[in-house]
Amino acid sequence: MNDRFLVVQDTVTVASRADEAEGVVTLRFDWNAPAAPGQFIMVWIPGVDDVPRFLSYLGDRKGITVKNIGEATKALTSMKVGDKIVVRGPYGHGYHMPKGKILAVGGGTGMASLLPALERITASEVDTAIGARNAQELLFEERAAKTSSLVRVSTDDGSKGFHGNAVQLAKEMMADTKYDLVIGCGPEKMLYYLFQLCQEKKVPCQMSLERYMKCGAGLCGSCAIDGLRVCREGPVFTGEELKEMKEFGKQRRDECGRAVKL
Amino acid sequence: MDGMSKAMTSLKVVLADIEMENPTMLASGIMGETGGSLLAMAKGGAGALVTKSIGSVPREGHKNPTLVEMEHGYLNAMGLPNPGIDNFERELLEALKADVPVIGSVFGSSPEEFADLAKKMQGYGAHAVELNLSCPHAKGYGMEMGVDPEVVANIIKAVKDAVFIPVFTKLTPNTHKLIDVAKAAEGAGADAIVAINTLKAMKIDVDMRTPVLSNRYGGLSGPATRAVGVRCVYELYEALNIPVIGVGGVEDWRSALEYILAGAVAVQIGSGVGRKGPQVFGDVCSGMSSYLSQNGFKDISQLVGVAHE
Repeated sequence: MNDRFLVVQDTVTVASRADEAEGVVTLRFDWNAPAAPGQFIMVWIPGVDDVPRFLSYLGDRKGITVKNIGEATKALTSMKVGDKIVVRGPYGHGYHMPKGKILAVGGGTGMASLLPALERITASEVDTAIGARNAQELLFEERAAKTSSLVRVSTDDGSKGFHGNAVQLAKEMMADTKYDLVIGCGPEKMLYYLFQLCQEKKVPCQMSLERYMKCGAGLCGSCAIDGLRVCREGPVFTGEELKEMKEFGKQRRDECGRAVKL
Repeated sequence: MDGMSKAMTSLKVVLADIEMENPTMLASGIMGETGGSLLAMAKGGAGALVTKSIGSVPREGHKNPTLVEMEHGYLNAMGLPNPGIDNFERELLEALKADVPVIGSVFGSSPEEFADLAKKMQGYGAHAVELNLSCPHAKGYGMEMGVDPEVVANIIKAVKDAVFIPVFTKLTPNTHKLIDVAKAAEGAGADAIVAINTLKAMKIDVDMRTPVLSNRYGGLSGPATRAVGVRCVYELYEALNIPVIGVGGVEDWRSALEYILAGAVAVQIGSGVGRKGPQVFGDVCSGMSSYLSQNGFKDISQLVGVAHE
């Protein structure tokens, strides 16, 4: 990792697009760069922006899953088959999956990061909890079912599945089953409470964090959480690492590097 | 035996009255925006830390893309993002817990602004200030002022009048007047010269047929710039009496020693953190120690400028 001098930056062509949920689109493109579950890439849309995205599909036809929330994501979710983007990476450290019984907890587009991990696991058994605000925004339920023994869904408004958030659902699942590992990706507040829950239950965990990111390559420090770079030492951190962080769940940094309360 | 002889060699450096355990310093612009990231670099073994360049007010910098990774370095146009001097106090106080010298880098658009920023850095506890007179990609700042010897001298005089801590001046290689500028800085009272900042450069994407950086122009760093940096340090060592700090493509003990032999008292490492990780500082130091003991030297200062003899 530290001696990674050759960087892959390629222009790729959108080979397919799929509408996953309200405002959420998956773009697939042929790109054979080696990648591990939980890693991310920088996606450049010329004239618009250069943004980090989790790889939601690995293999030769990779994919990113994007929710339309701003200028860059609007440009990405508007893309058609045949459009071109420039990708570089993959970057960061992903999930390390032991053998055993695993609970995956995804909130919002967090499932995009978790699914490639679930699909690579052969030696473990996986249960999945997917949280969404409502049934319309629910993501990847069917895809998760292909690799999970059990998929449960939570919605904040109760329009589908468990009425509540993904952490409350995870708590219920952890009461019924003893897990060897919990992996999570989603909004930081959710991850913070999921981490607390894992501490309480003494279950090892790995969480994928997100921070405002400029370079993506471990240089600028804009994504630093405490002393660690989300783009390099992360985005996936272990419970041991999270325990040492003072900023996790409490504070992020804005574009100028100012501390902002979460 | 090797451990014994290594222990007998010293990497200690005194730079403008600042004592450093070793001559490796974190270069400005890399991992220097938050207290936590500065602490992590000290943990990696840095002998001193230079902060991100801080201005009077918060600044977002340029829009992405701000970085291009290249085979032998990086091209960046961050555009001086920073939280502003008032918000930076807490970060600097946190960084000081590392117990290594912390040098506050500042950028401004007038001698008064530089002086004000330097004074605040001194108030926060910085051991020295470094004046960014060399950033090649921010309009109205950095290199735009740093290529004019008179402008540079006026800024340094104003800062020297305002603070009692040492004043370092970081210069750009993007001028034929490097030596004139450095001499003007020395004449105005600068305590050390830092050379070099990045080389103004550009990357065009052939598929997209457009410059990659949103700012179009950026600064090239990393091993690609080392030969230019070494040449500049060599020339500066001949022309100046104040110490020179070498920067540009240092990422192992050989490249660090190249600068020291050219005349640098210390070296700064930036891109090397991205390419090798925060432990680059410790790795450079243990390599230099081995070199000293294997070649019969006791002290790193014995090697400074040896290539001129």
